[in-house]
Amino acid sequence: MLDEPQEQAEGSLTVYVISEHSSLLPQDRMSYIGPKRTAVVRGMMHREAFNIIGRRIVQVAQAMSLTEDVLAAALADHLPEDKWSAEKRRPLKSSLGYEITFSLLNPDPKSHDVHWDIEGAVRRYVQPFLNALSAAGNFSVDSQILYYAMLGVNPRFDSASSSYYLDMHNLPHVINPVESRLGSSAASLYPVLNFLLYVPELAHSPLYIQDKDGAPVATNAFHSPRWGGIMVYNVDSKAYNASALPVRVEVDMVRVMEVFLAQLRLLFGIAQPQVPPKCLLSGPKSEGLMTWELDRLLWARSVENLATATTTLTSLAQLLGKISNIVIKDDVASEVYRAVAAIQKSAEELASGHLASAFVASQEAVTSSERAFFDPSLLHLLYFPDDQKDCLFFCPISQHSTLVH
Amino acid sequence: MAAAMPLALFVLLLLGPSGWCLADPQRDSLREELVITPLPSGDVAATFQFRTRWDSELQREGVSHYRLFPKALGQLISKYSLRELHLSFTQGFWRTRYWGPPFLQAPSGAELWVWFQDTVTDVDKSWKELSNVLSGIFCASLNFIDSTNTVTPTASFKPLGLANDTDHYFLRYAVLPREVVCTENLTPWKKLLPCSSKAGLSVLLKADRLFHTSYHSQAVHIRPVCRNARCTSISWELRQTLSVVFDAFITGQGKKDWSLFRMFSRTLTEPCPLASESRVYVDITNYNQDNETLEVNPPPTTTYQDVILGTRKTYAIYDLLDTAMINNSRNLNIQLKWKRPPENGYIHYQPAQDRLQPHLLEMLIQLPANSVTKVSIQFERALLKWTEYTPDPNHGFYVSPSVLSALVPSMVAANPVDWEESPLFNSLFPVSDGSNYFVRLYTEPLLVNLPTPDFSMPYNVICLTCTVVAVCYGSFYNLLTRTFHIEEPRTGGLAKRLANLIRRIRGVPPL
Repeated sequence: MLDEPQEQAEGSLTVYVISEHSSLLPQDRMSYIGPKRTAVVRGMMHREAFNIIGRRIVQVAQAMSLTEDVLAAALADHLPEDKWSAEKRRPLKSSLGYEITFSLLNPDPKSHDVHWDIEGAVRRYVQPFLNALSAAGNFSVDSQILYYAMLGVNPRFDSASSSYYLDMHNLPHVINPVESRLGSSAASLYPVLNFLLYVPELAHSPLYIQDKDGAPVATNAFHSPRWGGIMVYNVDSKAYNASALPVRVEVDMVRVMEVFLAQLRLLFGIAQPQVPPKCLLSGPKSEGLMTWELDRLLWARSVENLATATTTLTSLAQLLGKISNIVIKDDVASEVYRAVAAIQKSAEELASGHLASAFVASQEAVTSSERAFFDPSLLHLLYFPDDQKDCLFFCPISQHSTLVH
Repeated sequence: MAAAMPLALFVLLLLGPSGWCLADPQRDSLREELVITPLPSGDVAATFQFRTRWDSELQREGVSHYRLFPKALGQLISKYSLRELHLSFTQGFWRTRYWGPPFLQAPSGAELWVWFQDTVTDVDKSWKELSNVLSGIFCASLNFIDSTNTVTPTASFKPLGLANDTDHYFLRYAVLPREVVCTENLTPWKKLLPCSSKAGLSVLLKADRLFHTSYHSQAVHIRPVCRNARCTSISWELRQTLSVVFDAFITGQGKKDWSLFRMFSRTLTEPCPLASESRVYVDITNYNQDNETLEVNPPPTTTYQDVILGTRKTYAIYDLLDTAMINNSRNLNIQLKWKRPPENGYIHYQPAQDRLQPHLLEMLIQLPANSVTKVSIQFERALLKWTEYTPDPNHGFYVSPSVLSALVPSMVAANPVDWEESPLFNSLFPVSDGSNYFVRLYTEPLLVNLPTPDFSMPYNVICLTCTVVAVCYGSFYNLLTRTFHIEEPRTGGLAKRLANLIRRIRGVPPL
């Protein structure tokens, strides 16, 4: 609706204030948030509008500054039960890169001959989304088809709708038996996000997922925090009448990719924003990601990285205080210095609003601090504690002294 | 925790047409095969081969899509720029003298040899990382492969697939003879199969029967091959092979009839729907139907003849994709039965059971003339409990002598014996006909000197324990019960002392 000509730098935001009676916005809407770092606000009573907006901006700046509360909130997922914990535990922890695997599970290849155009779907829908997110890390995408892979749970039969259903309580038990077949990526160190498309076997078709009220879920899919998502794709029963088994099934990739991309957004921590009342939120562009969402993700990840790096270095310092036997070699010391320098640089960049360079610096800080903390050379003298050394010295001395007397 | 939330979906603006998707051409194919070979010694060898061919380019960049070819191995090929990979796990040794030449032999333990692409800059670093990753995939200790057991052969390990030029700098070979093969290695190997032990030939792969064999070898081979006869393009080929030899005595209890159920405790129920070819070949070269020495059930409809490993062989073919052979109501259980016992003779063997019965080995053999026949048997004595030793254990342990009973052909025909008339030395053994006579010979008994435990140890332990207890107890008792009295110093001479002594004896108070 609003044409945004200029490309803006990351971390910046442009707010247009229009007059109260302007027809740019629909009559009942007071504000509009665009997909590319712009917003339009209908200003009531001229100067007042600027004051209100100014106060809001100060509030936002305070919320985003690097204070102890902000850093503690970034690590809130470590706390046992908190009102933030469910939201915090869902996204993947910050890492240098991610691997995304799409798997098609066909437990009954005798009945269903399933084809999916995953290459086209990845090219059209997933790759643009990941390209938009490329500032947040390296992504690699894979896909595979697994045959004879069953879910670990037997679905129950519902005679009212003559279909099978999976109860919400059964869902946590579904993932474990399947995971052994998924082939955890041995060749890379990045965390893996798995998206499974399950075509239920002929004996258990159609299969629906029920939520806690007993109603079938609209998308027939669920996701598990920090792991991935599973969608159940039911074969149209009309396809069985025509031909003999196996029935050829062409998967509708649009429906599937809608669900998977929405789950991907949630698993990356791109949360639904809380839209204020009377505000019009524009839809995302064709990539499925609004630019200011990317900024928000970069800021959140930078803060999380800084919190992690700081905690790691603090733990190392505390450990050194308690155990005097730890050896710190020169290269470990240089990693620690590098981590501290990166933390300071990232904090400065965050303060001046350069999100991309702050994120890169924060990643470097995490890498250096982990390399220093987990270096195996720290443990070389660890199993030679002081009391054993004292025993070795005091025993001969005590013998000597008794002999003298 | 799983959360099934109704997701608020975004409407994606789709660029380009979405609905029409062409049927993707099949880019990989699977063939599976089982070869059953009866061996001259009465044992049976079974060799499984699962071949997946993946028609794609040699260098995989970007997004990879896997169907039948397993993702774990595909990622290895692209990450470490492999050209060929050969990995085998073997338990036992293939006895060529008794069993004939093998299709593919592997050394005992684990063997890994890899050809890298010539784009690899640091081959040793890639080799180290690859062996670590493989040890994770196959649950084996391949991470012990390092420069101390890796070599670069220059002549014997040429690439088995396509190769343009062979610079031996890119070849690495390592063997770990200490590696033991067990179910933990078989399970990830089976997981790489597309039909994954649920259909086709892989239902026969049950670990408890496969490891109850004299020889077990499982291997993974990856190499590039030509896609067609003119070799215009290249495909990846993955072969998974498994060879086992079932022993006639351990598995078959001495009887010489084999069936799929006897060997694997399973029968074939259905073909793998993903396989383009699924066949069982039975070697019937040495036995033809006229002779009726070997019976194969169900009778084969097609046979295959070729020169294999230098000799002409005939195989009976059972095609699992043929619905006449196998369908929903019939299982396929191939049976082999020897009608007439082979000329090796009769062997009866009864293994020992600890503290119940000894070994018994009886053999009926025909000795050729002017020859020397040596029979040897290996046995172990288990350690005895210390109460089971004889009073003179250092004398040694006896092994009973062997018995040779023979009917020796006689030079001169003898008359049948009249028991009462003939002398006693002539009527020891009954003689059935005059052409041979019975003789029973014995070997010397064997006296084996085995290490014995130190029988004085119980005595030593008792002495030491009693001493320690006595010293501790005595000191403690002293501490608790000793009291001190003050004694007056004695005065007076010898006479007074004697008088006191007498008075004490009489019971009278002293002076």
